[in-house]
Amino acid sequence: MTGKDAEAKARPGVALDAQAALALLATMWRIRVFEERVGVLKRADEVYGLMHLSVGQEGVAAAICSQLDVADSVYSGHRAHGHAIAKGAPLNRIMAELMGRSDGLCRGFGGSMHLVDVEHGLMGATGVVGGNIPLALGSALATRLRGGKEVAVVFFGDGAVQAGHFNESINLASLWGLPVILVCENNGFAEFTPRSAHTNVERVSDVVAPYGLMRETVDGNDVAAVWEAFGRFLELARRGEGPLLLECLTYRLRGHYEGDPTQYREALAATEWQQRDPITRLARHGTAAGWFDAEDLERAEREARTEVEAAVGFARLSPYPDVELLEELVYAGRRKP
Amino acid sequence: MARELPYIVAINEAIEFEMARDERVLYFGQNIATPSALEPFMDAFGGDRVRLTPISETAEIGMAVGAALAGLRPVVELYMSEFLLVAMDQVVNEAPRFHAMSGGQVKVPLVLKAGYGFTAGWAGQHTGSIYGMFMGVPGLKIALPSTAADAKGLMATSIRDDNPVCFFYHILLTLEHGEVPEGEYLVPFGVADVRRTGGDVTIVATGWMVDRALAAAERLAADGVEVEVIDPRTLAPLDTATILESVAKTGHLVLVDQATRHGGASAIIAAEVADQGFDSLRGPIKQITALDATIPYSEPMERFVIPDEDKIVAGVHEVLGSAPVAAKA
Repeated sequence: MTGKDAEAKARPGVALDAQAALALLATMWRIRVFEERVGVLKRADEVYGLMHLSVGQEGVAAAICSQLDVADSVYSGHRAHGHAIAKGAPLNRIMAELMGRSDGLCRGFGGSMHLVDVEHGLMGATGVVGGNIPLALGSALATRLRGGKEVAVVFFGDGAVQAGHFNESINLASLWGLPVILVCENNGFAEFTPRSAHTNVERVSDVVAPYGLMRETVDGNDVAAVWEAFGRFLELARRGEGPLLLECLTYRLRGHYEGDPTQYREALAATEWQQRDPITRLARHGTAAGWFDAEDLERAEREARTEVEAAVGFARLSPYPDVELLEELVYAGRRKP
Repeated sequence: MARELPYIVAINEAIEFEMARDERVLYFGQNIATPSALEPFMDAFGGDRVRLTPISETAEIGMAVGAALAGLRPVVELYMSEFLLVAMDQVVNEAPRFHAMSGGQVKVPLVLKAGYGFTAGWAGQHTGSIYGMFMGVPGLKIALPSTAADAKGLMATSIRDDNPVCFFYHILLTLEHGEVPEGEYLVPFGVADVRRTGGDVTIVATGWMVDRALAAAERLAADGVEVEVIDPRTLAPLDTATILESVAKTGHLVLVDQATRHGGASAIIAAEVADQGFDSLRGPIKQITALDATIPYSEPMERFVIPDEDKIVAGVHEVLGSAPVAAKA
């Protein structure tokens, strides 16, 4: 453990309490229900294009984004729905975007892989693995130059770590000490391939060791652990320290994309999933701690289902974008008065 | 007041003026060794805004894109346009996509300043004229100055534009002097410059080729052929209207381009004129371009590959020879 790692670990995080835990449970349910509904809509051809769902990984998005302010920038990748929901983007407008409608977050021009919601600090999602990492450095640089307290957080998978831009970005961020938090959602699969087939380095946090940045690996399906570790990192980044890397070991319950036959791996046994499911785990943990009862759990799920169904109804009624927008959006500054 | 300045000094003057005018403008580059392009800027504006990066084009350009998304206006010094190729994801698939993909929520004001066309024995990887490959990228703008004044005015406009701009400066022009206006000077994008007027044939040339075309026009004038020479100055947006108007007058079009035949601006301009101005043409469009070959090191071979004055004169005679004599009367 380097000096910086020890420093990061020694700091107490903000411990999870009843109120925060209930909010996390609600966020995870909103993501879970939304993603499962998108899967159904995909099979019915109601959403268009590639859908990469984050079922099973909800804990990371919830525990991280819920601690951020609106002004903090989040960059995501192709599996972006959960991050967008947790950062506060309205479900209505995310769903409308997935259906390619004019009321979508990006007026139907971005779709599932390119969700942007500036109003809620979701600065961008990119479909090229790891292409978002240097962008987050730019946000962090802008904060530094303005003397602000905002942080930049970038989510990427373990597959991005083997790309050159990851290593270039780590080097540059550490050289300049940028207040950026790099969150690796290590689900063990780079698209369709197990991590072991792409690299000899098992832990992403080990890849960055020579650069001396603060780094930690946590169980990404243990929401309380992610919350606590990220809270510590966030406090440091707010003071202008960085970069920091948080590796969250998680599990992608569905395929790389909706429709992926997933022949490259064995399905997880239901009993094993019960042990790993971040929602079930938080429910157990919070119930034991006396934070919530059966009714709270039931309400979180029920409210999520109601909200997601309303989002589907909203999206279905939204018109497709006007073709005039196409010309207008080629260049910034073309908007008609 | 205008005074004579070298092309490269004119570019630097624009960057300096814009940096003094707008503190959101940043300048990134990779070298600090003397003589460094960054050094005087570092002295004037400090290390916060003038930043030395590692030889990591993807991180450097990507970070600039992120800074632009966050409201800053970075200029990235690439030295050689080929270094853009190292970071094609950021240049092609991130920077120019965000505005459209976000439904107009964000913009990426970014200048990628890249030298090109250094046909002085720099061989296969440092001499290319690769602007053509960016013309098919919606959202990117492309500036290609051929004079010191345009170099200044187009750089200033590039910095003030709200979109990513590839500013390609010709390395063989860097020390060429020209009259340059003092102070604030902007050259609008998408407005071609008619450098010489003439009624017999239209030549459209870019960058270093503009001077070659003007020299060829001078020689042709001695033969009684009046050539109109047009420099589009920006390839995206492209001022096709001025070109079509000229072709409507002359009936003949010769395109001069230092890029490869199948990868330059000329093929695209030829296609636009064939599509929109076919009725004006009184003969085939002639393209005088570099050959579709890797630029060789050997000097005579290098000269063989790229267009020159003789090739332009021959091209003009060829198109006029194909025109019916009666039509000229």
